[in-house]
Amino acid sequence: MAGVQRPLSPHLQVYRPQISSVLSITHRITGASLGFGTLLLAWWLISAATGAEAFAQAQGVLGSIPGRLVLFGFTWALFYHLCNGIRHLGWDAGLGFEIPVMERTGIAVIIFSIVLTIAAWAVGCTLAGGVA
Amino acid sequence: MTESLRSPLGRVRGLGSARSGTTHWWRQRLTALALLPLIIWFVIGLVSHVGADHAAVVAWIAAPLNAALLVLLLTAGFWHVQLGGRVIIEDYIHGEGLKIFSVVALNFATIAVGLACVLAVLKLALRTV
Ligand code: HEM
Repeated sequence: MAGVQRPLSPHLQVYRPQISSVLSITHRITGASLGFGTLLLAWWLISAATGAEAFAQAQGVLGSIPGRLVLFGFTWALFYHLCNGIRHLGWDAGLGFEIPVMERTGIAVIIFSIVLTIAAWAVGCTLAGGVA
Repeated sequence: MTESLRSPLGRVRGLGSARSGTTHWWRQRLTALALLPLIIWFVIGLVSHVGADHAAVVAWIAAPLNAALLVLLLTAGFWHVQLGGRVIIEDYIHGEGLKIFSVVALNFATIAVGLACVLAVLKLALRTV
């Protein structure tokens, strides 16, 4: 044991953020946030099962400006976690470990998550007939 | 150094203090794989019902195929959260008592909330119109 120079794990406070580490912790943060977000999903489903009045109340809260901001955040978190999850599953299959490839797929995850979020809201707002 | 006669597979099968080998890791991947198409289907369903009234949303949830897919989504999703949340707890909570308490609370919560969601879907799917 003694005298063996083992590498230390990075000390986060002094470690330069890199795309790999930032995307990694974001996967965890989005996963945990979505986990708490399932409470909103439960509320929505249960109010739909309860009746028209309860459902209208839930829709009213979720459709308010603060409600929409929260849902917009969850939309991005979901798309990010989904896209980066594909990246994870690729690694598990042994694909994409080379540093340049990892950086490119990482940037692709950022771009795709933002584009998908905006697309989903654009379609939703159009179907609802305007932002109001 | 003593050479082990056990094969790598033999080591993994039933080894580790929990005697579960790679089961947790593998289930996290399987639930992720299942969630991939289910989440895409669900998001499309949600987006296409923005602004829809109660009757339309209920009709969508209650359609047999949709209800079945929702139950699959909820099962895979809450399972995935239970597995993933446990890893986060084990990484950051070091006191043995609090760690065990948190994992148990997570397990209870995901089962309770997940079951409530499934019951809500089933209530709509099985109602007699
Ligand atoms: C769209 C489908 C999804 C895919 C492909 C996916 C993929 C993954 C993968 C591969 C991991 C393991 C990451 C690792 O080992 O570091 C993971 C972790 C996790 N996921 Fe998902 N996921 C999906 C949806 C969700 C959803 C909907 C939620 C929550 C409601 C969620 C919550 C979590 C949590 C809490 C973790 C643990 C994070 C960590 O250990 O850092 N995931 N996901």
